[in-house]
Amino acid sequence: MPEPMGFFTDTTVCIGCKACEVACKEWNQLPAENGGIRELSGDSYDNTRRLDGIHWRHVRFIEQFKGPYDGRWLMMSDVCKHCVQAGCLEVCPTGAIIRTEFDTVVIQSDVCNGCRACIAACPFGVIDINPVSGTAQKCTLCYDRLKVGLEPACSKACPTDSIQFGAITELRTRAQKRVDQLKSQGVKAELYGADPNGALGGLNSFYLLVDQPEVYGLPRDPQLPTRNLAMSSSLSVASAAVLGVLALVGLRKRRMDDMGGPGEGGSN
Amino acid sequence: MSDTFFSGAPHWTWFIILYFFVGGIAGGACFLAAVVDWFGGPEDRPVVRTGYSVAAWGAILSGALLTIDLGRPLRFWHMLFQSANVPALMFKGWSPISFGAWAILLFGLFAVLSALGGAAEEGRLHNPALRAVGGVVQGGLAKVVGGVAGLLGIFIAGYTGILLSVTNRPIWADSPWLGALFVASGASTGAAALILLAPGRGATEQSLARLSAFDTKALVVELLVLVLFVASLGSVNRVWIGFWGLVLLVGVVGLGIVAPLRLHLQRRPLASAAKLVLLGGFLLRVATILASEGIERYRVAAGM
Repeated sequence: MPEPMGFFTDTTVCIGCKACEVACKEWNQLPAENGGIRELSGDSYDNTRRLDGIHWRHVRFIEQFKGPYDGRWLMMSDVCKHCVQAGCLEVCPTGAIIRTEFDTVVIQSDVCNGCRACIAACPFGVIDINPVSGTAQKCTLCYDRLKVGLEPACSKACPTDSIQFGAITELRTRAQKRVDQLKSQGVKAELYGADPNGALGGLNSFYLLVDQPEVYGLPRDPQLPTRNLAMSSSLSVASAAVLGVLALVGLRKRRMDDMGGPGEGGSN
Repeated sequence: MSDTFFSGAPHWTWFIILYFFVGGIAGGACFLAAVVDWFGGPEDRPVVRTGYSVAAWGAILSGALLTIDLGRPLRFWHMLFQSANVPALMFKGWSPISFGAWAILLFGLFAVLSALGGAAEEGRLHNPALRAVGGVVQGGLAKVVGGVAGLLGIFIAGYTGILLSVTNRPIWADSPWLGALFVASGASTGAAALILLAPGRGATEQSLARLSAFDTKALVVELLVLVLFVASLGSVNRVWIGFWGLVLLVGVVGLGIVAPLRLHLQRRPLASAAKLVLLGGFLLRVATILASEGIERYRVAAGM
């Protein structure tokens, strides 16, 4: 059984070259959007804008400028987090979403029927429909490459090692060293998703950030969708019970009226 | 900001909205039909038969809407069987869609049997095979089949709300009250459908008055749960500042709950009240689904 594998993405060394996006698209043969005629975002150099069914890697550009010469760029190559407790896998009604021997989360495209439950379940907005297949798709952490001992296409292509692939335990150690290094230089660096006791049991694709998670489009405390199941079900049953009693009380009252019982007051 | 604002919209739009609406009516009508079947009198039979018919046609339409909405409609059976391991069943008790797929299948089966029993009772079945099936579903067996259909019906009406809550989407996952709200709406719209359709099968004025009385109570419950739903959203309520908030306030509360309540209480024409209840039930699904669907995650994340 192989070790859990994943990505550590150090956002401080990302240069926004998008080599990872291109490598991912090429290896996974993902189609172009809108027949290759891309609409420009118009307000950012980021024209991919989001992860979806045909963009399994997205280099997010965060432009923090107070004035023309006062600001900074934050860049983060975003991808499926391959959560240890995965909301998508939890709700998938067809069994299309599986956990692999590498502890990664993969959607089997030949099983998925495009119900889209996983899209709404993912706290990170990672999954979407691939219009060519009609099924939900996302990063597979290059399961086909891992099976033959290759590293994923994106990390292989990354020229600055912003995306690092490896065994999760080793990546966590390496990430902590990098955080300590940055902190000693006065940089406010934090790891996101590296804690196995944290949200969703830890993320097998975790990040080093230098600002709040929300700035990078990441939820502060991502949770499983089933957190609402018990309470929502209980309240629904209670509502049904109240309505059932109301229906029964009305009928019983009528029956007693019909029998010439205690008239209007005979409701119990 | 709620963490739900970082998720992606699942593109559940008009087919799903229609399914939630039709499933609610079918489930609510079936539940009421079963209650009247068990505890009503002989004069209420037209209401019972209408309820089971509404349930049967509603279940068939629901199945069609759900299938059409899939990205790969021919794989609808993957919800029921493990596609690579047939005939092993596919079922996840903690996944509302998985649970719901089985529930809608069983609801359809029991509702169709009950409807055939009702139609046979009226002597309306001309096809020998259907007449034979309808002839079997009579008496005590009909009550049992109808009772199961009724319980599955109220489940169908409500699980759609639970399904929305068991996500990570804004509004839907920010409140535990959507299931309860859809149960109440299913009951009120189910009663409204019966008020409109049962006279065509011979329902008496008395039966209709009782349905009106129940609809009044269901609308009050729906209004209370709607208030609790909105209150539980807290700071997320800012999403209602806009078109969908107007639809919720004017369409759902004003036209769909308060106006028919007044008509019911003043004993005005029941049909007008029932039509308004149906409009409100439809707009409730439209507003709750499209308000969340319309939230673009990256815009919110970027503070735009």
